[in-house]
Amino acid sequence: MVKATIASKVLPGFRKSFKKNSLRKNVDFTLLALPAFVLLLFFNFVPMPGITLAFKNYNFVDGIFGSPWIGMKNFHFIFSTPDALLALKNTIVYNAAFIVTGIGGSVILAILLNEILSRGFLKFYQTAIFLPYFLSWTIVAYIVFALLDNSKGMVNSILDVIGMQKVEWYFEPKYWFLINLFLHFWKTMGYATLLNYAYILSIDPSYYEAASIDGANRFQMAMKITIPALRPIILINFLGALGRIFNADFGQFFLVPMESPSLTGVSSVLDTYVYSALRGSADLGMGAAAGLFQSIAGFVLVLAANFIIRYRYGREQAMF
Amino acid sequence: MITAVKKGKFRPGNLVIHGVFTFLALGCIVPMLLVVILSVSDTKSIVEHGYSLFPSKLSIEAYQYIFRSPKLILDSYGTTLFVTIVGTGVGLILTAMIAYALSRRDYKLAGIVGFLVFFSMLFNAGMIPNYIIFTKYYLMKDTYWILILPGLINSWNIILLRTFFFDLPQEVLESASIDGCSEMRIFWQMVLPISKPALATIGLMMMLGYWNEWTRSMIYIDTESKYMLQYLLYKILRNAEEMMKDSQVGMSLGAAEFPSDSAKMAMAVIAAGPMMFVFPFFQKYFVRGITSGAVKG
Repeated sequence: MVKATIASKVLPGFRKSFKKNSLRKNVDFTLLALPAFVLLLFFNFVPMPGITLAFKNYNFVDGIFGSPWIGMKNFHFIFSTPDALLALKNTIVYNAAFIVTGIGGSVILAILLNEILSRGFLKFYQTAIFLPYFLSWTIVAYIVFALLDNSKGMVNSILDVIGMQKVEWYFEPKYWFLINLFLHFWKTMGYATLLNYAYILSIDPSYYEAASIDGANRFQMAMKITIPALRPIILINFLGALGRIFNADFGQFFLVPMESPSLTGVSSVLDTYVYSALRGSADLGMGAAAGLFQSIAGFVLVLAANFIIRYRYGREQAMF
Repeated sequence: MITAVKKGKFRPGNLVIHGVFTFLALGCIVPMLLVVILSVSDTKSIVEHGYSLFPSKLSIEAYQYIFRSPKLILDSYGTTLFVTIVGTGVGLILTAMIAYALSRRDYKLAGIVGFLVFFSMLFNAGMIPNYIIFTKYYLMKDTYWILILPGLINSWNIILLRTFFFDLPQEVLESASIDGCSEMRIFWQMVLPISKPALATIGLMMMLGYWNEWTRSMIYIDTESKYMLQYLLYKILRNAEEMMKDSQVGMSLGAAEFPSDSAKMAMAVIAAGPMMFVFPFFQKYFVRGITSGAVKG
């Protein structure tokens, strides 16, 4: 500052060149940001007026903007047609189950993983449970098919060998809640466990040293030190998942059941409902309304979750 | 870390823990192994014993079958490779560019642009409005554009990279700027080279995203040769199913045109294979990425 004032006295042009420099900088920054921003504009913001479709009785000839307004009718219909209600119910029930098993399971696994000292085993386990995260749902659909195919599936062969009745898996909806629960856990546990594990590694080891001097055993240490230390990240994961409670994994619910008509009741979620509207098997306006409902409910929930995190755990923990 | 407590004692509890993880690890590896084994199983053995981890006879006829008329899969492979390489390459550079601009506190528009980036992460128009705008107004139905462009920019990646750029030594960048280096040059010649680990993490994530993409093929693409691999694969799984239903009516009906069981599984191996080669790199950078991210919060 002092330097700058001296400089501007000595060299009258200095302030001017400084300003010019700042302008050039900002032009450079803008040029850097521009291409990505334009893409964002075209692929995220321009389609947004299209959400008005949710309040319209869409017909192809008049298009989005010409079709007549019908107010909230589409939303009324969603909450009174069985198909849409089922999709809504399934989405919430599945997500609630995923949150409980996902968070509970990954916390327990992370604590157990922390007990393993051999680097070789640690690396092997981490790698193995992380693998499914990389597979597309298509590949998972293949794996499930190889296991559960009605006639040749491996599970049925095993059931046959141990003298039990074979199951026509793709025609039996009653098993699929558990199957979906299991698949979700299988695919995501490696990732979630690693996140928690990384957090455990950052806990100050002196807590454990003090506890062991006081004669605490490992179980006590996990309960009294590790879990309380993990509480913020558990809560953040929980709130994050809560914010996405109306969004289901399209791939899991569309690809894995292979669109088997018998399984519609257990594999129909809001995302598949919206897609079926796009394909013409449900009303387009209602599909758009379901999609808008997802977007707005998700938006509000994420904001609320973020607000809670920010208020309770401070700015650094919050997303924004 | 807790070595003082843990060393030197054999505890039966450890056996239980190893048991749990061995079980889980096998539970993750064996199903994938099953697909690989089925792809090299002899057809006869599958017909007799169903899908088994221990086929009575091995054979590579499934792969031979696929590569006898490889047009379908080669086209799709080409599309997927093209989309993945172009999408990841261009997307990564554009993401880094905007993330760097947003990370600089002396950028006057950072506030408003940053807000719009955030907003697009939290709220999107949804599948149906997107479909109508992209096909009716952008005329992108059944083009390569639709496979690449919507996936190029992901707000979450911008935010991750921006967080990384925040931690760069600002004094060094500023001193370069005072020495008369333009911001463009600073970005290309200083920031990018020292950000390789972060770029690798984001790049691998984008690559995985493109490689495993199937919804855009399903929604927008009509021409089979433009299908992304994952969607083609699903079509094969599905159609072979329909074929099986048909074949109960008339066995002879074009059975040869459809892949046999092992060929189906061989397709899955061919499609998932490249990602398995990338996996070790991914593991290395990605684990480092999420662990540092998790600690920071």
